[in-house]
Amino acid sequence: MAWFKRCTAVSAEVQAVDLGFLTFQNTSEVLRAQKVLSRAGWKIRVMGPPPEVRTGCDLVIEFPLMEELRIVKTLADAGVKPENVVPVASPLLKPVDLYTITDFPEHLMVRAANMKITVDRHSLVIVNISGGGCPDVPFLAAAMTGKHLSKAPQPKDIGHTLCAYALQLAYEEMLKRCSP
Amino acid sequence: MLAIVGTVPAADFPLSHGTLAYTPAGLTLNDDHLEVQRGTPALMAAASCACEALGLGSPYGFLVGDIGHGKGSRMLYQYLAEHIAEFACKTMVFHYLQPIAHWHKRVLDAIDALPSRPRLIADAGFMYAAKMGGQAVAYDLFTPDIGELAFLADENAPHPLYTRGFILHESARAPELIARAYAHRNAAKHLFVKGQTDYVADQGGIIAAIDEPSEPAMEAIGGTGDTVTGIVAALIQAGYAVPEACAVAARANRQAGRLARPNPATSVKEIILHIPAALEEALLEKGE
Repeated sequence: MAWFKRCTAVSAEVQAVDLGFLTFQNTSEVLRAQKVLSRAGWKIRVMGPPPEVRTGCDLVIEFPLMEELRIVKTLADAGVKPENVVPVASPLLKPVDLYTITDFPEHLMVRAANMKITVDRHSLVIVNISGGGCPDVPFLAAAMTGKHLSKAPQPKDIGHTLCAYALQLAYEEMLKRCSP
Repeated sequence: MLAIVGTVPAADFPLSHGTLAYTPAGLTLNDDHLEVQRGTPALMAAASCACEALGLGSPYGFLVGDIGHGKGSRMLYQYLAEHIAEFACKTMVFHYLQPIAHWHKRVLDAIDALPSRPRLIADAGFMYAAKMGGQAVAYDLFTPDIGELAFLADENAPHPLYTRGFILHESARAPELIARAYAHRNAAKHLFVKGQTDYVADQGGIIAAIDEPSEPAMEAIGGTGDTVTGIVAALIQAGYAVPEACAVAARANRQAGRLARPNPATSVKEIILHIPAALEEALLEKGE
């Protein structure tokens, strides 16, 4: 019996790292989001929140964490905005807000977490995207490289994963730094 | 054989496997032409070049299309979990896949059941999945960059995006981050940290630090981390010990960059062309 309990606990732990919670201001928002995501074919679960993310609303939605960007976009398109998005395994964690800036003579590079974007200082054309490990990174790089910073498709619109989210942060920081 | 597992950024690319063929004109798997820009095709092209320079057979590729939905990655995870025993892999490199911890565990369980365990190298999404699932120590080598090293060092982070702010992603802090990753059992037996200085490390600390030749533009070029992983995989397949393979690959990748005279807008394709000559120089420098 002890062995069974241990195996069950390990299995639950391994799966929890793949998951995130969406929290909302009230229960009707939760139910609306559930409807939108279920219709879009996402595997989600409505459940009670852990103490760290309790905000008065007594329900959260559990979802596949790696696909956070796409899920939040699906909700936004339906006019639903979660109050917060957190990893199940560590609900107090927040996305990085530190950026590393590298100055090259003709180019500027911004890194957020594991993603880097580089633009030509004069033309503001995106010349390279590097880093990352999720499969939409090469797709995003192909879609954005060679385009003007203000005209390139944004990761939040065509990406799906947490790497795309990190690239969006780097992109926004670059946009801020390159704005007049 | 040396097997390379990863994805290409095309939603309709079917699950495919076969011997890779690389020429300066391009990379093919079976009859499919693969665009070498960055990601797994860049790793495959670099590994193919290095294998040829070392007198080895061409690597074997396992590929599927995935643009971030994770559907292709799940198909590939499942295929490997069910069929890996049919392939005689001596060295395996896992690369851009959607990081999904429970699927990663199924693949690793299948590898553990093999009569002879291949050397295992993980980079990119597969490395994230290995760390997320608490199975980093099953690997012979991880090849993170500094942002990914910070993620390995943060025992709570499920992805580099969620690395806590006090764990600074600075190259100068690499030795401290390496120690922290090992302290929490979130590192492979060896680490090859790619950056301004490349570090080779194990549980005991840093074994080698390589910072020459230096081409700062390399950090901005998508795919240069993939090429060094491809070179190190070929060297491990050739029988080099992991730390030695890492040190030679670091020098070869840096030298290939130098020969390409890069700027931040350079394509990794231009660097791959110089890998055979650069690897030869790195081996000569080592005394071979």
